[in-house]
Amino acid sequence: MLARLAAKRFNEIRQAFRQSSRAFSTALNYHIDFPDNNPDLPWEFSDANKEKVKEIISHYPSNYKQSAVIPLLDLAQQQHGGWLPVSAMNAVAKVIEVAPIRVYEVATFYSMFNRTKVGKYHLLVCGTTPCMIRGSREIEEALLDHLGVKRNEVTKDGLFSVGEMECMGCCVNAPMITVADYSNGSEAYTYNYYEDVTPTRVVEIVEQLRRGEKPPPGTQNPKRIKAGPEGGNTTLLGEPTPPPCRDLDAC
Amino acid sequence: MGLGMLASKTMRPASRILQYPNSRNFLLRTIVTKPELQKPEGAAAQAQPEPPPVDLPPRTPVAGARVHFPNPEDALEVFVDGYPVKIPKGMTVLQACEIAGVDIPRFCYHSRLSIAGNCRMCLVEVEKSPKPVASCAMPALPGMKIKTNTPVAKKAREGVMEFLLMNHPLDCPICDQGGECDLQDQSMAFGSDRGRFTDVKRSVVDKNLGPLVKTVMTRCIQCTRCVRFATEVAGVQDLGMLGRGSGEEIGTYVEKLMTSELSGNVIDICPVGALTSKPFAFKARNWELKGTETIDVTDAVGSNIRIDSRGPEVMRIVPRLNEDINEEWISDKTRFCYDGLKRQRLNDPMIRGPDGRFKVVSWRDALAVVAEIAHQTKPEEIVGIAGRLSDAESMMALKDLINRMGSDNVWCEGISIDTNADLRSGYIMNTSIAGLEKADVFLLVGTQPRVEAAMVNARIRKTVKATQAKVGYIGPVTDFNYDHKHLGIDPQTLVDIAEGRHPFSKTLSNAKNPCIIVGGGVLERKDKDAVFAAVEAIAKNGNVVRPDWNGFNVLLLHAAQAAALDLGLVPRSEKGLESAKFVYLMGVDDVNLEKIPNDAFVVYQGHHGDKGVYRANVILPGAAFSEKEGTYENTEGCVQQTLPAVPTVGDARDDWKIIRALSEVAGLQLPYDTISAIRARIKTVAPNLVHMDARESANFASVPKPDVTEKVSTAPFGIAVENFYMTDSITRASKIMAQCSALLLKK
Repeated sequence: MLARLAAKRFNEIRQAFRQSSRAFSTALNYHIDFPDNNPDLPWEFSDANKEKVKEIISHYPSNYKQSAVIPLLDLAQQQHGGWLPVSAMNAVAKVIEVAPIRVYEVATFYSMFNRTKVGKYHLLVCGTTPCMIRGSREIEEALLDHLGVKRNEVTKDGLFSVGEMECMGCCVNAPMITVADYSNGSEAYTYNYYEDVTPTRVVEIVEQLRRGEKPPPGTQNPKRIKAGPEGGNTTLLGEPTPPPCRDLDAC
Repeated sequence: MGLGMLASKTMRPASRILQYPNSRNFLLRTIVTKPELQKPEGAAAQAQPEPPPVDLPPRTPVAGARVHFPNPEDALEVFVDGYPVKIPKGMTVLQACEIAGVDIPRFCYHSRLSIAGNCRMCLVEVEKSPKPVASCAMPALPGMKIKTNTPVAKKAREGVMEFLLMNHPLDCPICDQGGECDLQDQSMAFGSDRGRFTDVKRSVVDKNLGPLVKTVMTRCIQCTRCVRFATEVAGVQDLGMLGRGSGEEIGTYVEKLMTSELSGNVIDICPVGALTSKPFAFKARNWELKGTETIDVTDAVGSNIRIDSRGPEVMRIVPRLNEDINEEWISDKTRFCYDGLKRQRLNDPMIRGPDGRFKVVSWRDALAVVAEIAHQTKPEEIVGIAGRLSDAESMMALKDLINRMGSDNVWCEGISIDTNADLRSGYIMNTSIAGLEKADVFLLVGTQPRVEAAMVNARIRKTVKATQAKVGYIGPVTDFNYDHKHLGIDPQTLVDIAEGRHPFSKTLSNAKNPCIIVGGGVLERKDKDAVFAAVEAIAKNGNVVRPDWNGFNVLLLHAAQAAALDLGLVPRSEKGLESAKFVYLMGVDDVNLEKIPNDAFVVYQGHHGDKGVYRANVILPGAAFSEKEGTYENTEGCVQQTLPAVPTVGDARDDWKIIRALSEVAGLQLPYDTISAIRARIKTVAPNLVHMDARESANFASVPKPDVTEKVSTAPFGIAVENFYMTDSITRASKIMAQCSALLLKK
């Protein structure tokens, strides 16, 4: 009896900790036709971007054009408001002269390529261990509550969406979020880190973005300078002394 | 050994038994014979020095793997489990192990596909290597000491297997791969008996790949064999690996059917039950099936197949390895036409009554009627035609019978008037199918190999991919799955090339091993002689036919064609069919039946109620290729035979036996009663047809032909095979083939 109870409780705990499914990127690994995302929709690089495409392809040997797939997908994503419809992937495949499936493979592999619609400001919460320990779950919750959406869902006004990302190397300033700004196409595209955020601070950042302001990226803790410790440096304050054995005069 | 020594040998143990203190112990002793037991004193003397090295038993390579040294200096020696093997440079560790007779477990490695190295099942220990190495991707180096049986290697495999089984569902009881599943077998042989995974297994959405391949993607272990097969062999880049990590799955991303004529092969190469045969789903277990090694007759390639049957029913068809013909692939038509063998079958002799309806009669009556009518007909009005699925025996019998009736009007469908049947080099693939791999320039004349002979096309594709061979094509626009140059649509282009006016003639003359393939459809053209003369001229200019290389090929369309030409079943007069009064159709459905006069008496002998039956007055039920022993010659001149896998349907008989019986009823008894007797008769006409499983190349490579004065016509080359999936009576009766033509044919 006791054992059964214990097993039940254990299962409950496990259920609570388990995420329903591991959601990489923003979409399924297969495509479903939608009115705004199907292979029949025309898609082309804009004239300005066509120049960029030429420039990107020139980085690679002419017989290895397919190496340009990631920069081109990135460019296409910036041009298309932060996500890649299937016709954009087909366009990239055409540019680099490979079968479309080879591009789909790459686009599904990298979670930075969004294959469903995202907001003009795509907020990515780092969920890797250091950020998680420092409260990234609360950050995400605050964002989702404030915006009234689920993860990978776009707000009604089309401005915001929240996603999760793996470690972006800012562990020293954990927790952090990234704001991918697709509001002005590939020309004014920015990808900024907001570090040392708190649940209240992320909401402020969202509101500032909504008003069209550009909150300063980097650490959001006013007492810190970049990755430095709060309240100024505490160690290694003086000049380093040379090691005694090298101090030839002292010998 | 002298008698005395033998005697002393037998005496010595006996004396020891006698001295043995406890006779009960003696009875319990296990009986072993070792040299030291027989010669205790000798063994004692040998015990002091080092024991002699264990004499390793000679090993046989796995699955008859053969070593071919392209360059003797490049040989290197490695040691597999202490056993030295000589291998050529560039071989992988796995191949070296295979030659040493050690079978390494593998999932992703396939000898005919590129190396992926992602399943990690083939881990072995290599001395001085800190970690186990993936043997399929590791090149063997001189002096490498490979250990396949050590605790490290075993543990590594066990670990890999545990990970593979982590996300693999435990649905073997309902899985069609059960019993022939690599994962099942290898987990039994190399896996642990328990796993430590307690979480929930993942599930993956099934994909729709069309009417042939059933997918249960949850079972997939991501070996990517199917992706590589589709990309490299089939030439359709539709499949890919999507996502990553535990979310990884095989798919097409966008909803897309697999429109390849070789798609069925992914069923065979899938090591698990993720890709299985849709028509075969839940029909049978593989251990219930009886395999019959036979050949395919749906095209002129003669792919080697195994017919798996259960009782009287053909359950499925799978390929058999034949490096010279089909390697280990077969086309979808070959694989899935078998359900046509169960539909629309003729199982009783029938006579059409005055009301136009068929009435079932006995063989005696049916043959008597046929013989009677044949006797009443003037000899020159008798016509016999053999169908595209006919075997050599029945064609020989038919020709003999019609000739005995006094007529020379006997031919095989798909062969037009006065086709050159005297020189074998003029109608077979002289290069041979395997020989195509040596060619560096192909000129395809009026042939669409992809639909006419999918396996030949796979060979050309393999060559083009491996050596960047150039392909020129003359004919109507069609799709190829390799790079090609479309040179023109009519024979005039051919003349241009022959006369050096075309840029491609330079390519041909610069080639080392040029190869010309003329389609079987050309044989039916009115200007075939002129076309062949032009090809001959190209061959002469381009040095296509040399003592060491014969690049002149005809790609025939039907299984019966090559043997029919060998036996001389060629129409001699233009109006043969129009003036006929008695027509004997042996499985003929694709000649223009409108040409037969209305008052002609038509006998249809065959196995399917197809087009020919509508015009028939008498039906004589024959046997399909799965039910008879028959000789077929493929387009490269390789003679093979079918073997009966299942019994004939109803009252049907072997085709040559029907003709033999008819000859007796007609009073023109043919002089053979057994299949060996009829083969002896064939030997007198075409001796090459009795050399089974051997390819006899044509004796005379090039013989001066009478000058052809006629000009090529301007009519463009036609398409010989309109619908790849439906070319003969069996495939037309098949439901699966009908589904394929509805869904997969490119409109």
